[in-house]
Amino acid sequence: MRGILTISQLTIHEALRKRVLLAALLLGLAFLVIFALGFYFMNREVVLAPRGPETQAQRALIYIFLTMAGLYAVNFLMVMMAALLPVDTLSGEIRSGAIQSLVTKPLRRAEIVLGKWLGFWVILAGYLALMAGGVLLIVYVISNTTPPNVWMGLSLMLLEATLLLTLSIAGGTRLSTLANGVLVFGLFGLAFIGGWIEQIGTLFANETARNIGVIASLLVPSESLWQLAAYTMQPPLMRDLSITPFSPASVPSNAMVVWAIGYTLLVLLVGLWSFKTRDL
Amino acid sequence: MNAAAIRTQFLRKEFGPKVAVADLTLTVQQGEVFGFLGPNGAGKTTSIKMLLGLVAPTAGDGRVLDAPLGNVAARAKIGFLPEHFRFQDWLSGREFLDLHARLYGISNVKRETSIKELLRRVDLQDASERKLKEYSKGMLQRVGLAAALLNEPELVFLDEPTSGLDPLGRLIVRDVINELRAQGTCVFLNSHLLSEVEITCDRVAFVKNGSVIREMSLRDRIAGDSPPNVIEIELVVKNITPNLLRELAQFGKNVQQLNGAIHLQTENEARIPELNRWLVAQGVDVYKIGMAKPSLETLFLQVMGEDARAG
Ligand SMILES: Nc1ncnc2c1ncn2[C@@H]1O[C@H](COP(=O)(O)OP(=O)(O)O)[C@@H](O)[C@H]1O
Ligand SMILES: [Mg+2]
Repeated sequence: MRGILTISQLTIHEALRKRVLLAALLLGLAFLVIFALGFYFMNREVVLAPRGPETQAQRALIYIFLTMAGLYAVNFLMVMMAALLPVDTLSGEIRSGAIQSLVTKPLRRAEIVLGKWLGFWVILAGYLALMAGGVLLIVYVISNTTPPNVWMGLSLMLLEATLLLTLSIAGGTRLSTLANGVLVFGLFGLAFIGGWIEQIGTLFANETARNIGVIASLLVPSESLWQLAAYTMQPPLMRDLSITPFSPASVPSNAMVVWAIGYTLLVLLVGLWSFKTRDL
Repeated sequence: MNAAAIRTQFLRKEFGPKVAVADLTLTVQQGEVFGFLGPNGAGKTTSIKMLLGLVAPTAGDGRVLDAPLGNVAARAKIGFLPEHFRFQDWLSGREFLDLHARLYGISNVKRETSIKELLRRVDLQDASERKLKEYSKGMLQRVGLAAALLNEPELVFLDEPTSGLDPLGRLIVRDVINELRAQGTCVFLNSHLLSEVEITCDRVAFVKNGSVIREMSLRDRIAGDSPPNVIEIELVVKNITPNLLRELAQFGKNVQQLNGAIHLQTENEARIPELNRWLVAQGVDVYKIGMAKPSLETLFLQVMGEDARAG
């Protein structure tokens, strides 16, 4: 455990020193500023305009729609970070040989992988808290609205980030940085496209398209998690509309969540085994 | 008698079709400074990596500090300076040592004093707050050496520890090795630099193409290990001409120049006065002639055979 914590500290320290995190934070803050301005003016010029929506329920729908748009962007930034931040942490150190001075310490190799994993997980969780918290706070301050089931939704988003992070770490135990990046983004892209094929297939009642989508989601359940998170954080009225990009026509089931958790654990175990058994 | 620091039997490592180490059978005693000598590509680094558990042997077995290869607990008593040292270069020298000390599980109080002491020992006090990024190759190697000693190891592996060092740096390494010897620490030194090994090591093994082809003590090098009937003549003359070198072949084999002197090997001491008479007759100015203790380099070439130079 001491080893895991030391390695996670090192990982966080490195991310801070190397300014990757700083760049991501600045990008995130810029986004929050733009979102705040956008939300503020949308609220003043559209929602509260004399010819705007009349009932509170209609206004709430617009607010939640904008919140979802904001969280969608947050989700995108977080997914990028989850895939990119750890992409060369193992492959890079294996290639350079820096890993040799770590694995010859009185640590299990698993502690090194888990330590890195934990370090990045803390960074991602912090980033999500900051960004999603920022979006929700902006929405709340301006419109006094909070979407339902926020904690559940954010947990699903964090699970999505965790899954991609785990893939990125596990891939790095054997692949070069470039190959690992291609793999993780390829899988993420597969899930993304698969998710939309499933939605479109459902909308147009096309079984084949729907099945292709389901298979893609099973292969990489990341996009399903976002869709479920978005679905969870909407009021029932908005869900039924099925017209916004955040109201999935085909709602991922809870079994998908169980699968995603099992999938993440499995990938982590494969990563641990793969690092343990390789020559360095 | 204590268990040996290192004992291996028929360790073998193949990388695909390439046999990096063929059958390493070796015993290194505790407290010994052991030189592992061989040309590039002989399998020295791979051998160390197997002993440290970085690389899994294809076959064979071994024990290090009386534990199986790669044993986690045993690593607490082992120090290692890798050949291609790459470290966490965004850290300062002090932070780097602190990180590695923490990975060894050394307590806060102890860390501070031992890091200070080690920085002094490798002459990096002044650079301790600078980032490793800004270190020269020699400084990195010295900070790596310090990192290998953080845990006061019983056994230290140094893989080509002077490859990036200037003469002063080499002197530091030599002093450190001598201090380690005095403390009873076992040192396993990989090197292709013969003079360095000659000065520091108690015993050496010559490796070639992944096999140990000869082990010998450097303390009684002539007595036991040279073929008994070979003596080496050392000769210092005023002008060394190609013609002279060619003609010397009639007095012995392996005529070569070493540090301004000419060395050649013969079977018979009586050749020395003969050679001397011949040189005088030729009008060569002789400054020195006599029997030489064969240098490690001579032994190396002898043991490795002619292709060793190319390796
Ligand atoms: N990971 C590897 N994959 C393939 N071949 C390797 C690998 N590591 C070492 N070798 C080969 O094994 C041989 C021994 O290498 P090495 O142990 O580094 O030698 P040395 O340290 O004596 O120079 C070399 O021919 C080298 O090319
Ligand atoms: Mg080597």
